Amino acid sequence: MGTIFFLILFPIAVAFVLLVTKADAARDVIVKIAAAVIAAASIFLAVQYFKTGGEFYGVHYEWINYVMMAIEACLAIYIIIIGIRHKKYLASLFALIQTPLLIWFELTEGHHIEVVSNMYFDRLSMIMVLIIGIVGSLITVYALGYMKDFQHHHHGEADRRPWFFFVMFIFLGAMVGLVTSNNLIWMYFFWEITSLSSFWLIGYTKTEEATNNAFRALIMNLAGGLGFAIGILILGFVYGTLELSTMITYGTMYSGIMAVPAAFLAFAGITKAAQMPFNSWLLGAMVAPTPTSALLHSSTMVKAGVFMIIKLAPCLGISNWAGLMVTTVGGVTFLLASFAAISQSNAKKVLAYSTIANLGLIVTCGGIGTAAAVWAGVMLIIFHAITKSLLFLCVGTCEHNIGSRDIEDMDGLFERMPRLARFMMIGIAGMFLAPFGMLISKWASMTAFIDGGNILLVGIICFGSAATAFYWTKWLGKLSAIVANSEYVEGKVHKEETFVHGTLVVLTILAVLAFPLISSTTLVPYLEIVFGGLSAMALSANNMIIMVVMVVVVLLMFAFFFGKTKKRIVPIYLAGANEGDNLKYRGSMDKPVDFALRNWHMEDYFGEKKMNLYGGVITTVVIIIGLGMMIGNLVYILTGGAM
Amino acid sequence: MVNVIIGIIAYIVLAPFVGGFLAGVDRIVSARLQGRVGPPVLQPFYDVLKLREKEDITVNNVQDFYVAAFFIFVIATGAIFFAGGDLLLVIFTLTTASVLLIMAAYSSNSPYAQVGAQRELLQMMAYEPMVLLTCVGFYMVNGSFEVRNIVTDANMDFLPLIGVFFGFLFILTIKLRKRPFDLSMSHHAHQELVKGLVTEFSGKTFALIEVAHWYENVFLLGMIFLFFANGTVWGAILGVVVCIVVYFFEVLIDNSFARVKWQAMFKASWIVALVLGCINLFVLYLV
Repeated sequence: MGTIFFLILFPIAVAFVLLVTKADAARDVIVKIAAAVIAAASIFLAVQYFKTGGEFYGVHYEWINYVMMAIEACLAIYIIIIGIRHKKYLASLFALIQTPLLIWFELTEGHHIEVVSNMYFDRLSMIMVLIIGIVGSLITVYALGYMKDFQHHHHGEADRRPWFFFVMFIFLGAMVGLVTSNNLIWMYFFWEITSLSSFWLIGYTKTEEATNNAFRALIMNLAGGLGFAIGILILGFVYGTLELSTMITYGTMYSGIMAVPAAFLAFAGITKAAQMPFNSWLLGAMVAPTPTSALLHSSTMVKAGVFMIIKLAPCLGISNWAGLMVTTVGGVTFLLASFAAISQSNAKKVLAYSTIANLGLIVTCGGIGTAAAVWAGVMLIIFHAITKSLLFLCVGTCEHNIGSRDIEDMDGLFERMPRLARFMMIGIAGMFLAPFGMLISKWASMTAFIDGGNILLVGIICFGSAATAFYWTKWLGKLSAIVANSEYVEGKVHKEETFVHGTLVVLTILAVLAFPLISSTTLVPYLEIVFGGLSAMALSANNMIIMVVMVVVVLLMFAFFFGKTKKRIVPIYLAGANEGDNLKYRGSMDKPVDFALRNWHMEDYFGEKKMNLYGGVITTVVIIIGLGMMIGNLVYILTGGAM
Repeated sequence: MVNVIIGIIAYIVLAPFVGGFLAGVDRIVSARLQGRVGPPVLQPFYDVLKLREKEDITVNNVQDFYVAAFFIFVIATGAIFFAGGDLLLVIFTLTTASVLLIMAAYSSNSPYAQVGAQRELLQMMAYEPMVLLTCVGFYMVNGSFEVRNIVTDANMDFLPLIGVFFGFLFILTIKLRKRPFDLSMSHHAHQELVKGLVTEFSGKTFALIEVAHWYENVFLLGMIFLFFANGTVWGAILGVVVCIVVYFFEVLIDNSFARVKWQAMFKASWIVALVLGCINLFVLYLV
């Protein structure tokens, strides 16, 4: 219990220290120590959990509620003011509705509802805390070097780095709070803080574009927050509870019973997980410095959204409208975001669409709500967090050293930044290739979808994974191309950045080797508690062993044979007359001609606008129908009908 | 366990001979269709042996690594399949193999090889959905992804999976690198700009790709066999006969079409997967 509090309060305390730390050297030391402490504490918490197994904590201090309420009120006033100042009235409006609504509820009805335990810590929280504590704090360390370069590139602008690091650490603290709160009002508090933190991080550069995108993120997440607040209200008034655990227990017995509040909470999850039609906020978040993207995409923010949906899985399931809504939104998002990624050449945008697609898959898994689907979903969360942060941080470093984040400009990166290119290749392989991480979870989710009896989803995953392989492989190809006379530019990379890349590569590989263990010690027991009965793993032990053996073989091959040849190296074929440097050929006018190679983007088939339009329309309709049905159900219950 | 080991060893030892022999027959049949006599049936083996005599040259120091890894993964694909393993794992392993070959071509940074690699990648995207749907079909009929269960299951999967079968047959043309879908590389000189995907491979490396292709073909015919195997001798005989018929059919198609544009291949494959694959599965689900 103490460790959980420490993990919430320590990052916040560090954040305030960083806010007043102006010197680079001091910040370096503080961030590194803090990151190490947070990572160590989260590992300690995991170990502690395995020893004692403590589950629920009362934490009955009335004053905590009031402090949270006061902070919420202040933040709402802040949002209302900045909304008006930037003429983003929708943001003000949302804040104006939901916060007073919730405070009113807390002071009246909510006050009488007894909350047995305000906090909890189970195996899923443990996984989340480990991700936040390790991956999240690695990103803060990376940010040290990156932000120095960033400040250098934006010479003459005010140095707002203390603010940047302040928000980052607040974010980490809030995330730990979010995944350990059992009282939904507490969870909502942390939920809103993460929304606001991402608003600050996205708007960091204060350019017009950044401010607009930050507001878009804020508005969409406040809409989700409104859904959250309504969910809490329904839960309080109709069901007389405010506890997540109670909700899930009821849901496990009969999934339909909690569908109404679950639908609204899942709606909040959908907005935060940047599912269509809300995916534009995550794409807009790219304007922020890369550590922000890495943080939002891997260990925080969007992971809070999918955490919510995975948590609610027992209350969903394709037999009720809430589950159907979540499943469809996730599935459509997965398919169309995978398609859209093909048409992109901006590396960060490809990564963003791939995140949206993967989150779609996780959301679908949560929506299906069977033990096997949740197994796949949690595995996706773990692998995605590690691999995606690695890729984002690689792209960030690449951008600062070659001056572009366009994949088409990564020609010859293999020689220009050998280490980085290899790290990136491992990251990409980790995203879709056997025997690496993401594939395992994709495989498991496929099995779960078939067993769930949903043919539509099976079709979606078959086509979606074909598209996934396409856009990753063309990037992989670009990285592997060896262009003659490439200039080596890796010397200037900060050592913090290389350290973080290296650690994440090791984690990517470790996660694949350890996943059978993660599954048997953590995930399966969790599923057995939540879903009851003996829960089988989605993949058989044999297959897991084959995968692990394959990883080992690949690693050994790589270690011993990569880049070694005894053969004579000759020029490539350029239709007869290679100028000898592999870069030019002798053209028909007897002059040397340069050539350039570009990848396919298939704009006509998979254009971004088209995909977002289709996806937006379909998912909006589905959400309106889903929530509409739920409101109908609610009216039915309130007017005295039985469930 | 003994069966597993026998399956793996038999595949590793015999598949190149079967595959090479089939390639030889292919060349004779093609020649006859074109009014030529054609080479001896063992010509593919002579070619590979000759390639091994060539001077050891390469365009960079990583290409051979990718090709070797490709070769190993192709063998692993077939080995898992003939050991009776999980069909999805088989397909994922094959995907990894294809990606490695594509990377080998990309790594040369040669325009011809890269165009070939990109086309190969496009082909991969074209056939992948149908291949995955085929696996799902087997699962729905047999209740298992394990090849050993699919083979011994008393159902003849061809009938319930008739749509899937023809869908698979369609994309098999891509996988066997036959016209009209031999976009990334062709065995016929008159089809090619240079040599597509394999432009920058030579000597032993090129020989390895040839042999890998034989291994792959045997595995693909194994997939066809699965549609007919029902645990009886008659099922097995029927399966082998259909495999031979299918192979000749592909050779026939190969010689009666010209290469199509990539758009046509891509659209056609996805439409086939949607119509034949998805509808077949949906009907299965309803029944």
